[in-house]
Parts: sequence; structure tokens; C-alpha cells
Amino acid sequence: MIKFFVSIILIALLSFICGLFLPWWTIAVAAFAVIALIPQKPLAAFFAGFLALFLLWGGLAWAIDAANTSILSVRVASMLYLQGSSILLVLVTGFIGALVGGGGAITASFMLTRGRAR
Amino acid sequence: MRIIPFLLSLILTTGLIICLNRQWGGLKKTPPFGQFLSPQHGFWQNAEPVGQHIDEQVSLPGLKGKGDVYFDENLIPHVFAASQNDACYIQGYLHAKFRLWQMEFQTFAAAGRVSEFLGPGPDNNYIKYDRSMRRLGMVTAARAALAEMEKDSTVKADCDAYTAGVNAYTSQLKASELPFEYKLLNYSPEPWTNLKTALFVKYMAYDLAGHDNDFEMTNARSFFSKEDFAKLYPETQDSADPIIPKGTHFQPPALLLKEPATVDSLYLGHPMTVTAAESKPDKDNGSNNWAVSGKKTLSGRPILCNDPHLSTNLPAIWYQMQIHTPDYNVYGVSFPGAPYVIIGFNDSCAWGITNAERDVRDYYSIKFKDESRQEYWYNGKWVPAEMRVDTILVKDGLPFYDSVATTVFGPVMYDPTFPGFSDETNTRSYAVHWKPADPSNELRTFSRFQSMRSYSDYKDAILTFKSPGQNFAYADKSGVVAIWQQGEFPAKWKEQGRFVMPGEDSSYLWQGNIKQEENPTMLLDNDDNGRGFVSSANQIPVDTTYPYYLGAGYPEYRGLIINRKLSDMNSITPADMMTMQTCNYDIFAEMARPLLLRNIHEARLSEDEKNYLNIFRTWNLNDDPNEEGPVIFKYWWNHLTEDIYDDEFSKSSLEMMRPYESTLLEALLRDSAYSFIDNINTAEKETLQQVVTTAFLQAIPDLVAAAKDDKLTWAKNKDTWARHLLQIPELSRTHLPIGGGVHCINAAKKLHGPSWRMIVQLTDKTEAYGIYPGGQSGNPGSPYYDTFVDKWAAGKYDPLWVMGPEEVKDQRVKWAMHFSN
Repeated sequence: MIKFFVSIILIALLSFICGLFLPWWTIAVAAFAVIALIPQKPLAAFFAGFLALFLLWGGLAWAIDAANTSILSVRVASMLYLQGSSILLVLVTGFIGALVGGGGAITASFMLTRGRAR
Repeated sequence: MRIIPFLLSLILTTGLIICLNRQWGGLKKTPPFGQFLSPQHGFWQNAEPVGQHIDEQVSLPGLKGKGDVYFDENLIPHVFAASQNDACYIQGYLHAKFRLWQMEFQTFAAAGRVSEFLGPGPDNNYIKYDRSMRRLGMVTAARAALAEMEKDSTVKADCDAYTAGVNAYTSQLKASELPFEYKLLNYSPEPWTNLKTALFVKYMAYDLAGHDNDFEMTNARSFFSKEDFAKLYPETQDSADPIIPKGTHFQPPALLLKEPATVDSLYLGHPMTVTAAESKPDKDNGSNNWAVSGKKTLSGRPILCNDPHLSTNLPAIWYQMQIHTPDYNVYGVSFPGAPYVIIGFNDSCAWGITNAERDVRDYYSIKFKDESRQEYWYNGKWVPAEMRVDTILVKDGLPFYDSVATTVFGPVMYDPTFPGFSDETNTRSYAVHWKPADPSNELRTFSRFQSMRSYSDYKDAILTFKSPGQNFAYADKSGVVAIWQQGEFPAKWKEQGRFVMPGEDSSYLWQGNIKQEENPTMLLDNDDNGRGFVSSANQIPVDTTYPYYLGAGYPEYRGLIINRKLSDMNSITPADMMTMQTCNYDIFAEMARPLLLRNIHEARLSEDEKNYLNIFRTWNLNDDPNEEGPVIFKYWWNHLTEDIYDDEFSKSSLEMMRPYESTLLEALLRDSAYSFIDNINTAEKETLQQVVTTAFLQAIPDLVAAAKDDKLTWAKNKDTWARHLLQIPELSRTHLPIGGGVHCINAAKKLHGPSWRMIVQLTDKTEAYGIYPGGQSGNPGSPYYDTFVDKWAAGKYDPLWVMGPEEVKDQRVKWAMHFSN
């Protein structure tokens, strides 16, 4: 369980640092790298990556949105057919990041876990 | 390793990333969602924290002195620079910081490069637009202007500094800091150049001097008899009140024009039809300006007012600022994309600008030897045309190659390969001669306006201004009030260029320009006993005694109401001017209503119909937001126009324009038996009373439908927007509660209107007010994106704060930027 939480924190942290300098999709690489260092079962790895990025992207978006008093998110949420809902847009943002993060993480897990029969 | 699950998840994850990294959709594409939604890369980065400003230190290599910029609560910068050149540098930086995407978008639009980042568009309309801008010669014109500008050492140095300022900002910009629209459309800015500034200047020339009706008039002249044509398209209107009062004496023309010998056989008497369709800017790109002398004001000092009518876009066309240098202190609005304050005032004087609306775009029919369009018939022999191939880049598509021939008359705008925006085949070729294609240096005028102190400075500044022709109003603290219609205008013989001209010999070329000193002007000084004001509202500049042909189609009503009001007013205050500038009085309706009421056959109306008539009858003639009168009038007049003209016009499939509203009104006032009243499809001879009543009854279903949609009141029916340049409703301010309209001083239409209302009283301490429908920031994620829109719609003004260097600690200063080398 500790491994799970530690990897969530590390994935989020590494993804954040990558995001400062590298393209957005390096979040998948960050999740992959952390799970490669702290191996976990596929499902656990997926959720670690998923949650880490959901929290990171959703959290960042939420904080930015709060400081902006939703000026931009309302406009973008209307453009993207989300009924102008900022919360929905924050959740969608978190979910997209989460999918990519989870994908990176589970890939690393499958790489490391031993096949049952060979 | 679990190979299959590993490969599967690897492929799925990579696939997901690839899907999120590309744009989807056909003509309208989504942004790449991964990038766009990433809080560290995408649009979230454009969501500015509200109320948080951090003072900045910026190093600008090449800045000569120190510069300080203080932003007030509306994000208006008050720039303190060591010289005009430094001011241009800082201005470039500020324009880029707040309006980068818009600046570049406008120059792409000017250069015919829209397809490059928007794709081909519906029906390839973006490619058609790009082709027409390039064929018109926008890029060539901008290059010619640039060469001319760069001969002027001041303007060149200022443009260089401006460009350096823009690039100083963009070069340090991280991808995550790009303006919102770049992320939405997935592209990045190019470095700024002086050519882009020149392109912007030419874009304004296109917007203001790119309108003509030559094709429609050519068709109408071929279709209608000479008598009917004169009735439909009179050259002047009876009620017009020119900029320079009627009866002013003019010298005989300096240039004697020679009409071509073949003018009757090959031109005016020769039928021709055109199937090509032009791309042209809004015909109401006009404006109001006026200045009253001290004898009509309470303060005893002149007041100058201006409200240029342009598209009400977001980001707005204007960026407000103050620029203080050791030589001058100027306040007003600037164009993101060009240096200087364009409309404004300094410590000595104020100036305002309206469009002259002269016809400076003419077409010539060219006879090519064959389809290759390499030789054309000119002065009795085949001569070679210059050929160039334009490459139009198309986003996600193959480039489009356009072969354009250029003749002695100018570039071939339409030919069998390009009918413009027409759906019909076009078998002929038309070359265009457009005044703004000539080399000119318009920025010199504004460069000099910044520091002008007297009438002679003003005259010197406008002297070289060529295109687009403008009415420059001027007033200063010494009491002088003046107006010049300035531009380089071709001297034309009567009806030259009203229709497509024969392009087979040199006799139809423009023969020269009207001399600058022959341009219409009016000067009032302190001892003047004249009418005490100058004004312009795009009406015809002079009466028929002016020695040159002026073309037709000038709007007259705003000019009439402005002159009437100014004549009646005395002891004028800036508050009176605010009331006047936002006045919704409809003088066209004032003239039309008695005619309609006189001729309606009330006995034919039901009780409900009479109710509508009564609303119209008791309407106060103001196009105010909550009035129903203007809506009734609009539908009624539209049906009347259709009933009177459509029977004749629908007999032809040619592109023609309906006569102006003023033409119909004046014709009916003059002659109740106006020949077009009769419906030629019926045996009966209709009377004015019949068509007026029928039109009213036809308007009833429109009114009932409007009432059902809650669109019976004027503002809701007209539905004014401040629309985002990409026409995205979510980035626009829609359904603004504003009255007015095309014939009112407050000329707010659906997507077009007073783009900057300014009032300047030239007392010792200048008292000035202004407002524009936008905000200082072009970022839809900024609280300053639409700051002024609601106030503008409500007809309110902000006092314009001319900040002094000693006011750095004033509480209106919210934030500062300090520039140094």
C-alpha cells in the first residue's frame, strides 16, 4: 500500500517536472519510469498512474481556474459542448491526463511482471 | 515480461497519445486535446489569475534610454519613454504582450494567407479570399509602401524599433505562453517585420478604400434603360449636406481631363455584363467626427469628437494608451500592428478621422489573345502581360498555385480561372486599378501627429497622406478648428470608373491626381463668424460645383443630423457631446414616416394591425433598445422596397444592387407616381397607397414571428455583437443591449459600429473621455478581455487620464513595467 501511495506521489512529481520543460505526453514516460523503479501489479500500477495524473492535472486546472474565477474555463467549456461547466472541464482535463498516465504505468508493469507460463 | 499485454498496453498508450496529439474534424478542426488540455501547456496557462499583477523589469537591447510603463485599473498603459523611437520600441512590446495573435492574424488576412492556418474553408472560401487579396496586390502594395516608408529616416527608425519591440516579446515566449488562439488552431507566430506593419496599413486601406459597386452598376446599366438607371442610381441626393457647406467657391480644376473619344460608343453607351463577384469590405466602414469652436462651447475652448465605425471585433481593433516623451505627451488609440497613436490628442491639440469613401478602385475589361493570358490587346497591338505564380499554402492540404497576369492597368483580378465569389462561370478578364497600390508613406502623418502643436504642423503632417482618403478633423488650444479631406485621389472625368471600363487603349487610364491643395477643406479660427463647427460623416464632401467627378453612393443621413444638432447647440459641454455621440435619433425614419402614414389605407387593417401602426405612429423616432417602432419600420420599409423594385430586378439573373434607401425615399417624396411602383407582372397599375398598405400587411407576419421570439424590441431584433475575429460565439460578447443603427449618429449595427468614441475638450488642462467595445487584453482568459463592452453598449464613457510623471504613486496605478537597455 505504501508503495502504491509513494508511486502516486512520485509519478505526479515527475510528471510535473517533465511538464515544465518537455511536451505534455512525457507524463506517460514519467508514469512508466516510476513504475519501472517501483514495480507493482498491473492493475495497481494503472491506478497509481491514473490517480497521480488525475490529481495533478485536475488539481492544477482547478487551482488555475479558481485564481481565474473561471473566466476562461466557462468559455472553453461552452466551446467543447460541456454546457459551460468549469467543473466538468476540470474533470475532463484530469481524466485525459489520467488515462495517459495510467497507460504509461500499466505498460511498465506488464514489462516487469513475469509471464505465468512460457 | 508479459509480451502480449505489454505490447497491447504500449500500443494503446502510444495510440492514445497520438490521437490526443492531433487535430480532428473536417473543415473545422478540434485543437490537439492532449496539448490543449494540459494544465502546464494548454489553454489553462492562458487563464490569468485575477487581481494579481507583479511589477516587471524588462531588458530591451537597443533601447536608448530608460522607459517606464504604468498600468491603470483598466490595463491602459501610460508610457514614459526617453524619445519617440524608444516609445515605438515599448509600444511594439506592449502590443505583442497583449494583442499578439490579433496582430498577426490581421497581417495574414492582409497578405492572403488565411488558408495557411485555417485550411481551405467551406466551399474553398478561404482560398478564394486569399486569391482575391493577393490578386488585388496587397503584398505588392505593402512592399511598395515599405520602400517608401523606409526612405523616411524617422519612420524607418520607428518601425525598426516597433518591430524590435514585438520580437523582444515573442522571442522569449515559451510555447506554454502562446496566446490562446495559437493553441486552439495549433500553430505558432512568425517573427514580426516592418513588412507586416506595412501589410497592416494596407489592410486598413483595403477596409476603408476597397469598396466599389462597379460590377453591379455595369450590369444595371446594361439591363435598365438610361432613364430608369438615372432614377435608380442618382449621383447625388437632394437632401445631402456636404462636409464643406454648399455654396463654397472652388477654383477651376488644375488638371484638365480629356474624355476618351470613344466614351459613348465603347463605354457609357455600350452594354456589358459581368458574372464575376467581388470580395469587398463592409460598405458602412464609415465614421463621425466633428469639432466645435470655442464660441459654441461653455468653456470657450474647442471640443473635438470622433467615433470611427468599424467591425466590432474582439480583440478590438484599437489599443488605448498614453505616450509621454520629453517632446510630447499624447493619448489615444493605437492599432496593434503599427506604431504611434492613430486617433487622439496631445497637450496642444486633438485630431479625429473619418473615411472619405471616395471610389479609388476601378476595373478594366481586358482582351487576351488566348487562354494562356500572356498577351493582351492594347493600343492597337498585342502586348505581353507580366505573369506571376502565387503559391497559397493550405493547412493539411496541397498548396494552391494561382497564375496572375498583370497589365498596364494593374493586376488581373478576375478571369476565367477565378470568378471571385460568384458561382457562375466567368469568361472575361478584368484588371483592377486600385489607388492604395501606389507607393505611399501614411505612417509619416501619424509620426508627426504625436508632437504637432499648431495648424501648420497638422497641415504638414497630412500633406503626404495618400490612402485610404480620410477626413482629418483638427482642433487646438489656441482655438483653431479645421477639417481636410485628405488623400491622393485620382482626377476622373464624369462617370469614369463608375462602370467597368474598356481596357484596350490608354485613353481610359487615370490621367492624374487631384492636387493636394484642391482637396476639400474648411478652417475656422478664433475670429471666425461662420457656423462654428466642422463635421464629417462620410457624406459627399462638396456640392456639385467642385471641379472633379466624385462618384456616387455617399451616405447622407448621419451628416444631416450631426449638422442639424451642431447648428442648434450652444454653450456645449463634453456631457452634451456624449449625449450627441450616443444619440439614437433616426432621421431617415423622421423623413419616411409622414410618407408612410399619409399613404397607408387604414380601413384595410384589422384591430391587431392597427395596434402595430399606432406603435409606429407614436414612436419617438429614437432607435432605442426597447423601442418597437424601429422594428416595425424596418420590416415595413424592407417589404416596400421589395414590392417596388423586385418585379423589375427579378427579371435578370445578373448581380445588381438595389437602390439606396435614400434614393427610394427621395423618389417617393418627389413623385408619388414613381414609375417603379407599378408591378410589371400585373395588368393593374398599382398606386403608392396600395404598395405602402400591402407592404405594411406583409410586415405583420414578420412582426408576429418577431414577437414570438422576443425580438420585437430594437436591440433584440438588431442583436449587436462584439465578435471574436474567428467568429466563435463563446469568445464573443453577444446580444448587447444597444440601440442606434446605420442612419443614427450611434451607428451600432449587428457586427459593426462606433469602434472608439472620443471627446476632447481643449481647455488648459485637457478634459477627455473615451470608450471602445473591447478590452485592453486580447486574451479571452483575462479579466481585461471585454472590460469596456458593457459601458460602451450603455453609452457611458471613461474619463481619459493623462498621467503626469509626478503621479507615479497615484492610486490609479496598479502595476508597473520598467524597461532598460
